[in-house]
Amino acid sequence: MKTFKYLTLLFVTTLFIACNNDDDSNPDPVNEEEVITTMTITLEPTGAGTQVVMQTRDIDGPDGPEPPVVTVVGELVVGATYNGSVAFLNETETPPENINEEIEEEDDEHQIFYIAGGGLDVTTAYTDQDGDGNPLGLTFTLTANTAGSGTMTVILRHEPTKPNDGTPADAGGETDIAETFDVTIN
Amino acid sequence: MLVCIAPFLAYAQDCDLTLSGQVIDLHNNAPNGGAMLYIKELSKTIIANDNGYYEIDGLCSGNYTIMVSHPECNTITRDIVIRSNTVRTFKMEHHLEELNEVIVQGKSEFDKLASVREVQLSDDALERNSGKTLGDALNEISGVSSLNTGNTIVKPIINGLHSSRVTIINNGTRLEDQEWGVEHAPNIDINASDKVAVIKNAAALQYSGDAIGGAVILEPSRVVVKDTLYGKTLLTLGTNGRGGVISSQLTKGFESGFFGQVRGTLRRFGDFEAPDYILSNTGADEKSLFARIGVNRFTYRLEGSYSLFQNKLGILRASHLGGPQDQFRAINSPEPLIIRDFTYDIDVPRQEVTHHVFKVKGDRNFGAHSNIAFHYTYQQNNRFEFDIRRGDDAGKASVDLNLETHTLALDFKTKIGDGFNFKSGITGDYQENFANPNTGVRRLIPDYERYHFGIYAITDYEVNDFLQLEGGLRLDYTHLDALKFYRMSFWESRNYDMLFPELVLEEFGNEVLTNPTLDFANVSATAGIAYQLSDDITGYFNYALASRAPNPSELFSEGLHHSASRIELGDLRFDSETSNKFSVTLEGRLKGFQFTLNPYANFISDFVVIEPTEIRQTIRGNFQVWEYRQTDAYFLGFDLDTSVSLSDHLNWESQFSFLKAYERENDLPLINIPPTRFANRLSYKNASLNNLKVTLGGTYVFRQNEFPDNNFDVFIPETDSIELLDISTPPDGYFLMSLSAEYPFTIKNESQLVLGLSVENLLDESYRNYLNRFRFYADDLGRNILLHLKINY
Repeated sequence: MKTFKYLTLLFVTTLFIACNNDDDSNPDPVNEEEVITTMTITLEPTGAGTQVVMQTRDIDGPDGPEPPVVTVVGELVVGATYNGSVAFLNETETPPENINEEIEEEDDEHQIFYIAGGGLDVTTAYTDQDGDGNPLGLTFTLTANTAGSGTMTVILRHEPTKPNDGTPADAGGETDIAETFDVTIN
Repeated sequence: MLVCIAPFLAYAQDCDLTLSGQVIDLHNNAPNGGAMLYIKELSKTIIANDNGYYEIDGLCSGNYTIMVSHPECNTITRDIVIRSNTVRTFKMEHHLEELNEVIVQGKSEFDKLASVREVQLSDDALERNSGKTLGDALNEISGVSSLNTGNTIVKPIINGLHSSRVTIINNGTRLEDQEWGVEHAPNIDINASDKVAVIKNAAALQYSGDAIGGAVILEPSRVVVKDTLYGKTLLTLGTNGRGGVISSQLTKGFESGFFGQVRGTLRRFGDFEAPDYILSNTGADEKSLFARIGVNRFTYRLEGSYSLFQNKLGILRASHLGGPQDQFRAINSPEPLIIRDFTYDIDVPRQEVTHHVFKVKGDRNFGAHSNIAFHYTYQQNNRFEFDIRRGDDAGKASVDLNLETHTLALDFKTKIGDGFNFKSGITGDYQENFANPNTGVRRLIPDYERYHFGIYAITDYEVNDFLQLEGGLRLDYTHLDALKFYRMSFWESRNYDMLFPELVLEEFGNEVLTNPTLDFANVSATAGIAYQLSDDITGYFNYALASRAPNPSELFSEGLHHSASRIELGDLRFDSETSNKFSVTLEGRLKGFQFTLNPYANFISDFVVIEPTEIRQTIRGNFQVWEYRQTDAYFLGFDLDTSVSLSDHLNWESQFSFLKAYERENDLPLINIPPTRFANRLSYKNASLNNLKVTLGGTYVFRQNEFPDNNFDVFIPETDSIELLDISTPPDGYFLMSLSAEYPFTIKNESQLVLGLSVENLLDESYRNYLNRFRFYADDLGRNILLHLKINY
């Protein structure tokens, strides 16, 4: 039975050593690097009129329980043309990380789509291009045609097919962010 | 011991009785020629003839103790009452020649469960699947199917249950490889094992008490105690994936009992193909190594081994989605959204896993009938998942988990009396999971330490040659100490801030670091009967109680699961899940017809299911939230295996598996339950044509008609409409044919070469499999022509 004794001893010792392994310090929180929490579209009128700002902001990230806060400040004016720009931020970091820089660096792998829906009568056109001469969409123009209200969907796609026919369906790729805003033209 | 105290009563006037009969192998009824029969009371030895027949004459009326031994078998002892001339057949287990196993002693009577049929993959099946995964090979067993993520990540499902409910025992130790995830395939090379068996039950209590679905047992072969050197090389080349697998092993044995063995496998495939297109980024690159040295002596055995398993598996590019709108496009596209030219490169998304196992084991016999065994195993499982990322993060892993497990076990077994065995053991393990924070992605599984302790006792009693009883009890205690970051918003929305304020260690902005410590005590038990109803039919009945502590994924999940395009939420408050499984097996052999019928009923309380509970509006669109919850469920099904000899050369085997699984409360079907499957194989074998073997296979998989409805609405901006996203409806049934032929050659000396050719999905059928998570995005594999080459030397 000597062997048995030794084996038992070995067993207990190992468990003891294992159980004593409790001196770890607390882990560090993970810096979420890829999250986009905030998309802000700013429309500056080229002529008369006021600025329109559309924003979606999801401070606990896309998988947190809090829904994004969607705001539209200002209304479009019939016949007016706007210089549009879009900004993407990761506000889980302090200071917030500017995602636009990454999009610009990898402009051939990104495209932003602006889709009017629900009867909204606007015309959009890209004013920037990637290194290959294909549209990117960080800046654009928007013309409000007739009065009414509807929706404006803005989608950032990663790795779309470029060139494409201008629709997200043809472009494919993965949606990094997509929001539909309620917009009114007066 | 009972054996020794059999009273001996003699009647002087009646001493011309004979005892005669045959000594045969328990498994195949082959005669055990040359077996020795020792009549204890007479101190007399009789040797059976070459056909196993023996005759002992000049016996007086009375009780005798006969010990039957054979060089290749376990010695058996039987008490026999002689009143007249008696004919008696002795059945022996043909295993002792392979001495190195810890569980050598009384293998026949003991280590195999008596009341549950262990279904073993034949050598043929193992070699046929040499180029594939463990999950693919196990698919050949009735009642076993697989949950696939594409064609390279294949998880076994036993009677409808998978992941943490299926325990994998590799070389005597439970595999600890983060088995909780549906896209985590077992980190095992099928070529490293010679025995692969499935126990469709939780009855294997010496290994675990929580195998609610069942256990997969893998063991390397035993090395013969003699001076020997032998090896085997298997080469498989396949047209689909344009790659192959080479696996080689070499074994050296010595008369002294020392032995050494090395095995290695390389597996490399490029993109696989569906009938109409390439499945881009589905290649596989796998390496495995297994080496062991040891000594086999009659009274003790000692062995040290190391195994390495490393793989890099591509994940279908078209399955990577940004959100429900992308998913809608992908599901409604007849072809995968991304099809590229064939390549061997494995890009993102992909997994890279390395699994190391160091093991020392030994056992020693005590007296004539007892044995004590121990093993210590260290396992390290390192899993990386690489996703499609942007900027500086491109090329950086999104998941980087390192799981280390130390296991120590002691097992004791003894024979209490004739046909009465007892086995008991304790096992302890310590596990530590480390999630690397440098990924830049919130930890999927938190850092944790787990202590586990288990103790079991099993006994089995052979009442007579026809009836065998067994029973076992196991207690497990698990302590989990985790360090988990919760999003403050989640912590509060779940009311955890009110329920568990004491768990909070620190607050970091919008995150909170908590220290959940959880304790689970689990009881499992088994009871069974094996009864030989007639010479041709044997019945088995088994009841198994199993209890499983929730796994880290079920407890701690809290976030977006990219490959499923859904948010998954676990629950800290879960209890253990408990199953009561009743299974009956009828095994019969009637002339040329053999069958195994195995109906079962499994009632599981607190069954952990994950199902959609709400639609969450997020910055990427509306995601479905899938929450784990506990419910009561039941699984009713049966597996039927038949085999008919149609002629001397022709054999027809078929398997039929049927299963229904429902939630008890609302009678709703459970998700991902294997559909009914009917598999057939017609084999032609001709000994006069040098053992040529040709097999034609046909498998029909029915459509799963019972499924929960998890569909939801998605706003599609392009069409300015709200569309139904159908993620529930199973695909149609399908019929797959296969053809294989093999022809053995003998090349010089004793080396043997077997050449085989097989075709899978012979008709190049386009189909989608309900149990493949990528069925939404792409068809399954098209035709595959494989060339097999086996050399034994």
